[in-house]
Amino acid sequence: MTGRPGGRPLVPAYLSTGGVARPSRPQLERLSVLTGTGEPAPGDLPAAQLALLEELDGGSLTVVEAAALLRLPVSAVRVLAGGLIDRNLVLARAPIPPAERFDPDLLERVADGLRALKHN
Amino acid sequence: MACAPSSTTSGIHLPDSARDLVKILVAGPFGVGKTTLIDSVSEIRPLHTEEELTEASAQVDDLAGVREKSTTTVAIDFGRISLPGGIVLYLFGTPGQERFRSLWDDIAHGALGALVLVDSRRVDASFDVLGLVEESGLPYAVAFNAFPDAPRHHTEEQLRAALDLEADTPMVTCDAREKDSSIDALLALVQHLIDRHPPEHR
Repeated sequence: MTGRPGGRPLVPAYLSTGGVARPSRPQLERLSVLTGTGEPAPGDLPAAQLALLEELDGGSLTVVEAAALLRLPVSAVRVLAGGLIDRNLVLARAPIPPAERFDPDLLERVADGLRALKHN
Repeated sequence: MACAPSSTTSGIHLPDSARDLVKILVAGPFGVGKTTLIDSVSEIRPLHTEEELTEASAQVDDLAGVREKSTTTVAIDFGRISLPGGIVLYLFGTPGQERFRSLWDDIAHGALGALVLVDSRRVDASFDVLGLVEESGLPYAVAFNAFPDAPRHHTEEQLRAALDLEADTPMVTCDAREKDSSIDALLALVQHLIDRHPPEHR
């Protein structure tokens, strides 16, 4: 990952999506997890999509983290990620795996984890 | 991929162990200490996104009947805490003015609850936030951020009455600069969420 010094965003928000306003994956949430598939990036990949793909080189990121790193609105990253998912370059998963979604212990685990943090 | 050890806290990428990603809103008016609280507990330097707010202008008497729209942006700070068991807790600093309603709904989607930060020197600045939280149906707790010059003569009953809080809404005092104090405030909220959902469905 390369640190991006302050200043202008890499791609202006209004150009980043190539004029596409709606993501092809409307279910992408702020905390949806994006992971690169490791497929080589095709040569014709738009620059903004390539920039997102490169941020995923070092590991998974949530949509909102990618937006912060790329200095783009979350709405733009939803569109970019949708394009990469369509080309099988990125996988997305929900913030909580479906099997865990109604885990009644989740809140208890959050509380236990926060308590453990206090003694560090 | 992921060559960094998963225990690293300097990297932005998610630890390999991350499984359940949950979020809590840290809501309050500008200057109340939302980012300070997030910074005190976050394992990453707090990041922010620039969010666009599209607002209908106040002009309603234009000839063509077309409402002009203006776009402004607001920075939304967030931080992250990795907890044992694969849980990653995100904290989103959320401003509370009425004009942020559509943004609010997007950020609040799927949130566990909200910690509403209040400055006891400016209690009325938090009315809008509390209104938005209550309308969204999000369970919440109230934390007074302890500013050094905050008035100390108010009783808990007076503050509770001023904010028109339900009797079972937790109300705590915290120092948003202190990690343990911020965690205690978050724990007051999470305990409230647990108490609202007695484990009857096991």
